[in-house]
Amino acid sequence: MSNINHSSTSSSTHRLIKNKNGSVKRNELRGKVVVYSCAALIIIATIAITLFLTIKGLQSFIVNGVNVGEFLTGLTWSPSGEGDVSYGAFPFIFGSFSVTFLAALFAAPLGIGSAIFMTEIAKTWGQKVLQPVIEILVGIPSVVYGLIGLTVIVPLIREHSSGIGFSLLAGMIVVGVMILPTVTSISADALKSIPQDIKDASYGLGATRWQTIYKVILPAAMPSLATAVVLGMARAFGEALAVQMVIGNSKALPESITDQAATLTSIITLSMGHTTYGSLHNNLLWSLGLILLVMSYVFIIIIRFISSRRKV
Amino acid sequence: MKKFKSLAIMFTFVLVMGVLAACGGGNENSSNSSNGNGGEEGSSEAVSGSIIVGGSSALQPLAAAAVEQFQQNNPDAQIDVQGGGSGTGLSEVAAGNFDIGNADYFAESKEGIEASELVDHKVAVVGMTAAVNAEAGVTDISKEDLIKVFTGEVTNWKDVGGEDMEIQLVNRPDGSGTRATFNEFGLDGATPAEGITEDSSNTVKKIVNDTPGAVGYLAFSYFDDSSDSNVKKMAIDGVEATDENVTTGDFPIWAYEHMYTKGEPEGLEKAFLDYMMSDEVQTSLVPDQGYIPASKMKVERDAEGNQSDL
Repeated sequence: MSNINHSSTSSSTHRLIKNKNGSVKRNELRGKVVVYSCAALIIIATIAITLFLTIKGLQSFIVNGVNVGEFLTGLTWSPSGEGDVSYGAFPFIFGSFSVTFLAALFAAPLGIGSAIFMTEIAKTWGQKVLQPVIEILVGIPSVVYGLIGLTVIVPLIREHSSGIGFSLLAGMIVVGVMILPTVTSISADALKSIPQDIKDASYGLGATRWQTIYKVILPAAMPSLATAVVLGMARAFGEALAVQMVIGNSKALPESITDQAATLTSIITLSMGHTTYGSLHNNLLWSLGLILLVMSYVFIIIIRFISSRRKV
Repeated sequence: MKKFKSLAIMFTFVLVMGVLAACGGGNENSSNSSNGNGGEEGSSEAVSGSIIVGGSSALQPLAAAAVEQFQQNNPDAQIDVQGGGSGTGLSEVAAGNFDIGNADYFAESKEGIEASELVDHKVAVVGMTAAVNAEAGVTDISKEDLIKVFTGEVTNWKDVGGEDMEIQLVNRPDGSGTRATFNEFGLDGATPAEGITEDSSNTVKKIVNDTPGAVGYLAFSYFDDSSDSNVKKMAIDGVEATDENVTTGDFPIWAYEHMYTKGEPEGLEKAFLDYMMSDEVQTSLVPDQGYIPASKMKVERDAEGNQSDL
């Protein structure tokens, strides 16, 4: 093989591919090993985390004999033995879901709206200006959102409502702004992937731009837009730090949107360092973590389901 | 081709296992070396070796300041100070991962810890009291009323002699040492009603400062006496919340800051703990950081909370 390489006057592309040793096959193998090990590491990590969290999360039910029904539906949480021990996590489950859905309610119209603006209405400067701005928003750490929420949004709510500012509403706004860039950029990608033919056909039938957007583009992109919103919700569900700073972390069920609440993540981050390993309190926090993991799997299944129905 | 593929997969697994094994080995080595050095006998002037001190975030600033001074005298000694919370400190020292575990409460008060294996070193005392927003208009309260305020029996400051303003509770999370101490000695074991819950004392201070009618609890060191601060110390049953009143046992809400070792300390651990109890630390660093020297206490308390004169 090296003989041919030296003597022939083959094209330059040919030479680029063959290296000095001519060990094409060995290189092929090396590449394959690298790629396979990357894939294997990710799979092993996912399985390991799932297994670990499942084992840890089930400890409180198996070792400590906590009743699953009581854990999921109980209303009082006092696991560290002040008075009666109780372990009802429903207020936190409720809190996590409310923050997630309220944030999606806030972010979905805004995100999809700006995505339409970017892709259909002001194509040139929308993509030149708005897209970079949104990319910057994605990169802002969540603690910064939390700080802004604490110093701007909480006092604002305190002045305009009867509450003290720390509330579901503050959590909803902070998380809503946080997931807005995710929703916007994925929606924009979805809208961009709508074939030009469909739009042309609509215009050809005499539809206005608004009619085209409303009747043609949005329905065609709907599954992808739903995916964008669900991805944003998955992020909202797992967000801990920013939420913890503004939501007030009250263990009681909120009575109104301006009332304090707590989420699964905020309770874990608040209490984890105070518990000793293997204690009931510690095990219960792992069980809260298991709920978070199960929910993130549910979100992924929903996204898969929606994607499989995608038309474009 | 099929054979080649399975070969590649096998390779992959060998590689991954190799990486994992290497990681595991690395950890083992590092913990071995720290244990080995920690066990060194070093009763002479300068000691060497390396240990990890960690746990309670309330004790972390004092520990860090003491380590800094200790290392100036003993440049060969390597002491890492870590946070993580009192529960982490106790668990890690019991498991042997920390050489000294810091905690705000007695190891006996926590389940899952073999307290008999741990040796307690009470390095300082911290006094705490209710921190109230100035607009509430109450800075002296009877214990009975304090319990009513925190259990939600009264919800307006006017009922305990203050302004007509709603009471907003600011709690610490379950399991927090400050919460446990305040509940036990401030509220006589009553469980506080629900309210905002914050983990950091600085956040509690900020909320109490900014929110009309808010009340929480803080260690003495978090109060400043400047007139523009909205956060006021609460006197209980007419007793001012001062270091002096804590040392005499008149003011009830205080706790030890503990440094636990697994078994009797030796080598660098012992040298450092001796240094913590020395006059150099107890009379300058401890009060500077807002704690009360353990040596000044005229009363003592056991793990069950029984107080007796010294």
